Amino acid sequence: MLFFILVISLFPLAVGPEPKTLQLIGPGVIWVAAILSSLLGLERLFRDDFQDGSLEQLMLSNTSLPAAALVKVLAHWLTSILPLIILSPLLALFLHLNEPMYWALLKTLLLGTPLLSLIGAIAVGLTVGLNRGGVLLALLLLPVFIPLLIFATSAVESASMQLQYSAQLAIIGAMFLLSLALAPFAIAYALRVSQT
Amino acid sequence: MAVISVINLSVVKTDRLLFEHLNFAVEQGGLLYVKGQNGAGKTSLLRVLAGLVNADSGKVYFSQQNIKDCRDDYHQHLVYFGHKLGINLTLSAVENLQYWCKQHQVVISVDRIFNTLAQLNLVGLEDIPVANLSAGQQRRVALARFWFKQNAKLWILDEPFTALDNQGIELISKQITQFLIGGGAVVITSHQALRLDYPTDELTLEYRI
Amino acid sequence: MWKWLHPYAKPEHTYYLCQRLLPWFSLLGLAVILFASVWGLAFAPTDYQQSEAYRIIYVHVPSAVLSKSLYSAMAIAAFVGLVWQVKTSFMAMMALAPIGATVTFVSLVTGAAWGKPMWGTWWEWDARLTSQLILLFLFLGVISLYKAFEDKQQAGKAAGVMAMVGVINLPIIHYSVQWWNTLHQGATIMKLGKPSMPPEMLWPLLLSILGWALVSAAIFLLRMQNEILQREIRRPWVVALANKSSTLSEGT
Repeated sequence: MLFFILVISLFPLAVGPEPKTLQLIGPGVIWVAAILSSLLGLERLFRDDFQDGSLEQLMLSNTSLPAAALVKVLAHWLTSILPLIILSPLLALFLHLNEPMYWALLKTLLLGTPLLSLIGAIAVGLTVGLNRGGVLLALLLLPVFIPLLIFATSAVESASMQLQYSAQLAIIGAMFLLSLALAPFAIAYALRVSQT
Repeated sequence: MAVISVINLSVVKTDRLLFEHLNFAVEQGGLLYVKGQNGAGKTSLLRVLAGLVNADSGKVYFSQQNIKDCRDDYHQHLVYFGHKLGINLTLSAVENLQYWCKQHQVVISVDRIFNTLAQLNLVGLEDIPVANLSAGQQRRVALARFWFKQNAKLWILDEPFTALDNQGIELISKQITQFLIGGGAVVITSHQALRLDYPTDELTLEYRI
Repeated sequence: MWKWLHPYAKPEHTYYLCQRLLPWFSLLGLAVILFASVWGLAFAPTDYQQSEAYRIIYVHVPSAVLSKSLYSAMAIAAFVGLVWQVKTSFMAMMALAPIGATVTFVSLVTGAAWGKPMWGTWWEWDARLTSQLILLFLFLGVISLYKAFEDKQQAGKAAGVMAMVGVINLPIIHYSVQWWNTLHQGATIMKLGKPSMPPEMLWPLLLSILGWALVSAAIFLLRMQNEILQREIRRPWVVALANKSSTLSEGT
């Protein structure tokens, strides 16, 4: 977590402390930080269980694999993303985001970051047996995360101009619900493919 | 009625045909010893039997039902020990076994777990993280599950004796024999000769290019 | 209804089908693409707004159209492979992927080249270019994932899942990028001159698209054959085929 505060602190140092500039890039920077934080945590999601055989034993028990996957996703969200959300007021302060912007940012983070965990877990499930997962994971997931990034940052931007942003939130919300419904099954399938 | 039977089974791994048209059945109280050199397909066969991997063609039956159709029932009566131990290295032996039992719907008291670990010569090592144990000790913790699932009908063991000392091998062999006498079925592979005083069926897999 | 497709689940059948179709697609494709390209690049009338620079559309548009259709074809192959567990379908998917990636890359380069006279810069975050860039990443992701697995059956399933995830996201990505672009710029829309394209310009364009499609299909057939041979290398029919061709060359 400290790492991300440090990285985010780099931006004012790099682009200058002018509040207007920081306000422009702020939401984007925080969202990119959330995506990177999510990617880092994803790698460890299934790896240990895969390597020590616990995943196998889980698949041979009568525990529902999609349900177990969902619990893991929740754990990932709580450990990799929630700290960032808790720290977000501080980060908003650093980047000169005003109040309406911050509330918009918070809403997009709450609605959108679960998507990072849910869809990320599908890619992790597929690559858990591979040796060098890291860059491949980023390559697989970044294109898929781009719409989320676009809608989230545009919501905060609209807020900064005192405009409505419920449309963006609605789209993010829809994506979230869709992946909440489908991802656990895709993750379970991905894990089974990795067992072959 | 055979506990587990296999009809016309063929398995491909990494584009290599391991075996095809395989047929066999293991009855209650039957012991099947799968032999073959490295790469012949023993582990793959056992994983297909357990249902972790799909075969290319052919079917696996548990008590006359396709394992794909009776997944839950099959899992309830199966104990599988594979190449990976299936225990978490950060948890202690007791915690691991408690977790496994809960996962596999086995009701068990902590005392029972301690007693079994004592039988397996792990006294004093039950509460420390498993990562601190030796390879043989870790294996014995993982094998302890064979003392717990009472209503299991089939045991599948993939080279259980690796890294075990003579005493460990004796313990496991005795447990397997007891299970067989009680009517259980066992499919086992091992690079060492089996020291079980029990009628054994053998299946040898040839290494194919 | 799909019974006629069943034999093609066997790699051997598909191999020989590809062999039969290849000469048609390759010859026809080369002919059409040469004809259309020469017509468009040299003989079609000059555009009144963009003068000669617009001619790049005879390369850019076919490549962009192909990039999207190839991704869809790849996703369909992935779907068929995943749902019906057909090995040849996964092979087709991976035969298509690099062609799709290359074509997408061409569309990006030609798009950028078109941009230079239009906007004065080599790159613009125009909605279409950005979408194509993301599409390229999607292709590269599927290819890299497939290459990372040693067991090619596993690889096919994994790459198939990612192809499906990508295809579900494709419309979302397109829509979001378009929307993002209109928010931020609004002006730089690639002009195709669509409604007012005279037939002398339109025909070479359509023919180019057809030519590109045929040539892509020909390359796909070649790659498919290669993929089949690689995967089935241990089978008796491949060994027999290899022996036959080596005795043929010995005979000359």
